[in-house]
Amino acid sequence: MKKLSVRRRHPLAALVVLLFALAATGGLYAAFAPAKTAQADSSSQSIAIEEGKKLYATGCSSCHGPGGQGSTDGPSLVGVGAAAVDFQVGTGRMPAQQPGAQVPKKQPIYTQAQIDQLAAYIASLGPGPGIPSKKQYDPKGGDIAAGGELFRTNCAQCHNFAGEGGALTDGKYAPSLRGVDPKHIYEAMLTGPQQMPTFPDTTMPEKAKRDIIAYVNDTTRADNPNPGGFSLGRLGPVTEGLFGWIFGLGALIATAVWVAARTAKARKS
Amino acid sequence: MSTNDNPKSREKAPAGQKAADWADGRVGLYNLAKSNLRKIFPDHWSFMLGEICLYSFIIIILTGVYLTLFFKPSMGEVVYHGSYVPLQGVRMSEAYESTLNISFDVRGGLLVRQIHHWAAIVFVAGMLVHMMRVFFTGAFRKPREINWTFGFLLLVMGMFDGFLGYSLPDDLLSGTGIRFMEGAVLSVPIVGTYLSFFLFGGQFPGFDVVPRFFTIHILLLPGIMLGLVVAHLILVVYHKHTQFPGPGKTNKNVVGMPLMPVYMAKAGGFFFVVFGVITLLSAIATVNPIWAYGPYRPDQVSTDAQPDWYMGFSEGLIRIMPGWEINFAGHTLVLGVFIPLIVFPLVLTAIAVYPFIESWVTGDKREHHLLDRPRNAPTRTGLGVAWISLYLILLVGGGNDLFATHFHLSINAITWVVRVSFFVLPPVAFIITKRICLGLQRRDREKVLHGRETGVIKRLPHGEFIEVHEPLPQGKVFELTAHDQPKPLEIGAEVDENGVVRKVKRTQKVRAKLSQAFYGEGSQIPKPTPQEHEEITSGHGHH
Ligand code: HEC
Ligand code: HEC
Ligand code: HEM
Repeated sequence: MKKLSVRRRHPLAALVVLLFALAATGGLYAAFAPAKTAQADSSSQSIAIEEGKKLYATGCSSCHGPGGQGSTDGPSLVGVGAAAVDFQVGTGRMPAQQPGAQVPKKQPIYTQAQIDQLAAYIASLGPGPGIPSKKQYDPKGGDIAAGGELFRTNCAQCHNFAGEGGALTDGKYAPSLRGVDPKHIYEAMLTGPQQMPTFPDTTMPEKAKRDIIAYVNDTTRADNPNPGGFSLGRLGPVTEGLFGWIFGLGALIATAVWVAARTAKARKS
Repeated sequence: MSTNDNPKSREKAPAGQKAADWADGRVGLYNLAKSNLRKIFPDHWSFMLGEICLYSFIIIILTGVYLTLFFKPSMGEVVYHGSYVPLQGVRMSEAYESTLNISFDVRGGLLVRQIHHWAAIVFVAGMLVHMMRVFFTGAFRKPREINWTFGFLLLVMGMFDGFLGYSLPDDLLSGTGIRFMEGAVLSVPIVGTYLSFFLFGGQFPGFDVVPRFFTIHILLLPGIMLGLVVAHLILVVYHKHTQFPGPGKTNKNVVGMPLMPVYMAKAGGFFFVVFGVITLLSAIATVNPIWAYGPYRPDQVSTDAQPDWYMGFSEGLIRIMPGWEINFAGHTLVLGVFIPLIVFPLVLTAIAVYPFIESWVTGDKREHHLLDRPRNAPTRTGLGVAWISLYLILLVGGGNDLFATHFHLSINAITWVVRVSFFVLPPVAFIITKRICLGLQRRDREKVLHGRETGVIKRLPHGEFIEVHEPLPQGKVFELTAHDQPKPLEIGAEVDENGVVRKVKRTQKVRAKLSQAFYGEGSQIPKPTPQEHEEITSGHGHH
């Protein structure tokens, strides 16, 4: 994403986008024009884009500009793709509210149907990664052990070994991955929101992504039987130390006070 | 003592006595026992802190032995096929594999592992608090300086032995810790690279660290520690225990329970309490979930990579240090790592040498068996609290990422706060503590002279209201006035009345200045003299 956003500002970028768009529409037309069903498809597609445009105008244009070209309050959305919209709006990050170090996740305010319309509209502005299909992100198909290896290599430095999240600079953070929809995990890797790097299929093939999703899904699932007792947040030795001081040494000192108070002498007086 | 010459009693004697008689004939058991079983141990909860250390040390040894039966200290590579599904088929070292096996396939293995680890956490914490009690009560004064030193060595070795143990499973977390250690070793000027190659038997990580750490962790350090613990306890018995001042408690006696049988019963019970609490902890909460960290690979790292808490202050030092570097003649001096490496032992040494500095400054060569109440030694107490504040702020620095995520702060802001606090907090803590101590001394003085406030308000015939003060019982008065208040050292005039200049060494001047700081006017409130007490209490029942 970072590479893409740099290239976006290239003087020839507009030309490239235009060419792409022309080629895409031309290609689409050639592919779908003869078939009647496809016609219906593309018309429902254009209805979605129309609807999305309306939603966009009321909910998003104040920050991202009337045509998605960006403003001082939000980046350009040309070429971010449907996946980025589905992730950002689907996790409730967009529309953003108060400014802060990082746009937080919250309860999404659009329905999935509306999100699809928004995504269709943004995708129509310029080509970008599309929304993955269930087959691509279904954790059932993934290899947990391989996913664990990949996760520790690519993600644990920010999201912690068990996906519990971690701190980044200046109040930014990598969020906990608990309860995140597999689709959103896939999209996060595909689009690299904010500080997170992008993992396009060229560097991380589809199978690897599915393995990672399988691993995240397994470690963060609510019914994961944490071996050994309470997990203490799976945050490493800091919480363990705190727990040991308070409930280990603390309990022992309390007992010592109790024992010492029950001496023969104390009882007499 | 021997009763062997009386055949009759020998026949009737129960087996226990027979055995004792046997031992007496060989090693003089009865005389040994007579002198030692009547050892007195005073009753105060803080005197049981040492016991907490002792018992958790024993627990660590017992559980450690069990773990060695199953642990393989080898970095040879294997593919995992054990019962923990999320790691099946993953390449790892034998050390890591065997730790997984202990956790999931050895009966009771996970519990024992957790007892071992939780006990280590409690052990070092206990030592720190034990050291604090010895520090704040002045129990380290003559003749116990050697025992203080033994204790301090135990603390340092406990820390390092813990670090080595934490490194053994060769998991991602501890591997990161070793990598960090490698970085610290490499930062040593000139010899860094050689040292690192020596330590790791070649390029990091190599195949030697785990077996080497294993030997040091289970043999070398525990062996030395065991010897030191025994010496430590022998000295406690030999010096006899200190006690807080009180009626009948003097510098020449010890008041409390005889070691046998009362104290022994209590101590034996307490051992089981310690074992019980630690086992409970281990049954309730996971510690060091190595399966979640994954095996160590130099190309991987996780956030929340911290050492166990007792090494946390070194982590703090490294995290708050700016990443300075100097390039000189083709060599890089990594000050950002080297300076913390130097400061790390200094933080520990500061507390270790304090007793010797105090005795030098105060010139006090007397024996002390009565403890100080911390308020009656405001400078020492202030310094101790300053040290604790430094230690704590470094711990905060070491866990800065967790403070950032859990309190929604910026990690950079926390780091800056810790940097400033590192220099500012200890002096502030010192000043505040000293003031509090002096305030408490003033209150003690009030209490001795004017008695305890009863809360009863009385109206005098002429209409004035007064609160009735009840004189303190004699014992309490003694307790509050038993401490002595040394005078600061005087070096006298440098020029005597005849105008002859006397040579005063620079060190002596420093010493007099420091002594003034310890015992000068600003550092203690004169305790009531017997005359003052007499005058006021004998008087006219006034308030
Ligand atoms: C209050 C201003 C604001 C509003 C309203 C807003 N956004 Fe954003 N949006 C931002 C900012 C700032 C960013 C960049 C920070 C980030 O990536 O979270 C952003 C980022 C995005 C991105 C990611 C861009 C990328 O490069 O990956 C998408 C997609 C997006 N917004 C879509 C939307 C949509 C759709 C809406 C309307 C539902 C919307 N936004 C409403 C401010 C806003
Ligand atoms: C450089 C640090 C970094 C790395 C590496 C990283 N992420 Fe992220 N990740 C982030 C940040 C920061 C966010 C928050 C983005 C936002 O709020 O817009 C995030 C968000 C996410 C989310 C969305 C979570 C939610 O609550 O909606 C997922 C899922 C995710 N990351 C998965 C991954 C996976 C899988 C990897 C490895 C392939 C990875 N991340 C690697 C920093 C990182
Ligand atoms: C393995 C760790 C340790 C064990 C098992 C241990 C054990 C004990 C025990 C049982 C006592 C007598 C009871 C008490 O006063 O609490 C004691 C006293 C003492 N300990 Fe330790 N201790 C350890 C570490 C330390 C440390 C880290 C220090 C300080 C640096 C220290 C300094 C002392 C001193 C000076 C005394 C004499 C106190 C007095 O007589 O009042 N010990 N220790």
